[in-house]
Amino acid sequence: MSMGSDMYRQQILDHYRNPRNHGELDDPTFSHEGFNPSCGDELEFDVELADDGETVENVAFHGDGCAISQASASLLSQELPGMTLDEIDDLDRDDVLDLLGVEVTPMRIKCAVLAEKVVQDGADIYRGEKELEATSTEDDE
Amino acid sequence: MGTQEQSPLDVEALRADFPILEREVADGVPLVYFDNAATTQTPTRVVDAITEYYYEYNSNVHRGIHQLSQEASIAYEEAHDRIAEFVGASGEREEIVFTKNTTEAFNLVAYAWGLNELGEGDTVVLTEMEHHASLVTWQQIAKKTGATVEYVPITEDGTLDMNAAGDLIDDDTAMVSVVHASNVLGTVNPVSELADMAHEQDALIFVDGAQAVPNRPVDVEAIDADFYAFSGHKMAGPTGIGALYGKRHLLEAMDPYLYGGEMIKKVTYDDATWNDLPWKFEAGTPSISEGIAFAEAADYVDDVGLERINAHEEYVTAYAYDELSKLDGVEIYGPPKDERGGLVAFNVEGIHAHDLSSILNDYGVAVRAGDHCTQPLHDTLGVPASIRASFYLYNTREEVDTLIEGVEGAIDIFH
Repeated sequence: MSMGSDMYRQQILDHYRNPRNHGELDDPTFSHEGFNPSCGDELEFDVELADDGETVENVAFHGDGCAISQASASLLSQELPGMTLDEIDDLDRDDVLDLLGVEVTPMRIKCAVLAEKVVQDGADIYRGEKELEATSTEDDE
Repeated sequence: MGTQEQSPLDVEALRADFPILEREVADGVPLVYFDNAATTQTPTRVVDAITEYYYEYNSNVHRGIHQLSQEASIAYEEAHDRIAEFVGASGEREEIVFTKNTTEAFNLVAYAWGLNELGEGDTVVLTEMEHHASLVTWQQIAKKTGATVEYVPITEDGTLDMNAAGDLIDDDTAMVSVVHASNVLGTVNPVSELADMAHEQDALIFVDGAQAVPNRPVDVEAIDADFYAFSGHKMAGPTGIGALYGKRHLLEAMDPYLYGGEMIKKVTYDDATWNDLPWKFEAGTPSISEGIAFAEAADYVDDVGLERINAHEEYVTAYAYDELSKLDGVEIYGPPKDERGGLVAFNVEGIHAHDLSSILNDYGVAVRAGDHCTQPLHDTLGVPASIRASFYLYNTREEVDTLIEGVEGAIDIFH
């Protein structure tokens, strides 16, 4: 069984304290927010697409929550520029857990995957494939 | 009140009643169970009461003529009398309805009384420290009936603003619904005084006793509560069982909340009449073994002694409060240590409650991290979540030392 303390390696603490791409974009193509109701984690992502309407050019996020949720958002935000919306759709839970590089204990998986779900839902809503006010990790766990 | 120099309980002996306390968690460290405000552990004799029922007289109640049904019916019905006695209800079983939990007791009164009695112009006065069990229930019933919900604010030190309560409870007030002991702040509210204020305005008062009944003597008639609710699993009993106390004349006047078997007297294709109290409110086959074990749990905590349990909780809580206060960046919510129930909710600067809880688990420490079913209260406190360590009769100061060690470990990681 993995230990809770093992989650808090230097990389995670670094991204928690100094999140990358933190803030808001002036002119995002789309924005989307999500919550982790049981924990109170919140994240909002702004995404700006290139002229092809497919490829992420710029991304920014802000939010509030535990180290796992905020660090995973920061780590994911570094990966997004250059990715297409289809590639974002293809991301799965393991991709995010790989980015974190630590074994996340079962009760904390929701914190880790919130960022990925917010970006995926935002992309789906932008493409008219989904109607959703805000992402919630309670909905499909 | 006042903090204790020593515990009046022989905790080592009592711990032997709870086999679960011997187990290890997180790679072999002893369990330190500090999540008692969520649910308490269950002593052997309460588990035995359930086992005995299933092995020896498992049967449906009220209906059968056969011996097993008679035995089950008597045990289940007498459990109501025992719980009535436990909280000082002189009307015995007729004033105690068994429910699934405290939440169901609120829903019962909200539907059976509130839907009929509330309307536009009426107010339901709650407090800012209500649990979602009462807050959400009254909020939604108010929407259905046109009544207005008002909240008595809390002061800086986490106690009720009684002046504001005096202003809010007025001749429009139909119901005052107030938590006896807060599950976050640890505040113990002056429910008897609030009952007087409600009654002066011809309003009723419903007291949420989920966090009070397990750890102090409660007398519903001394409080003069109209309704009082609590849960079995927070007082060494099983889950799935709780009680609603209601003054007999109020319960008599109320319509049933659930319809079906057990709750009827006479049924035709066109109509039905209702059974006597409390069965009118217990439709369908009830939680029989849980009800019987609930009464056993009342016997258990009475044998340990509620005054002594209360003093023991003060002894452990005061120590936890002092030791946590010594740490840099720890903020504790609620009143000072000598004016609170047996729990401490806190945050450590720069560490989210969920991160802290994950690290504490490595030390074997089970605490609650989150909003503890009080989202509006956490909004008032200005934090999304907190850590709550809540104590019971089997906890020790040595276990608090392990909590402190874990918090220090988390501070080392994060700072």
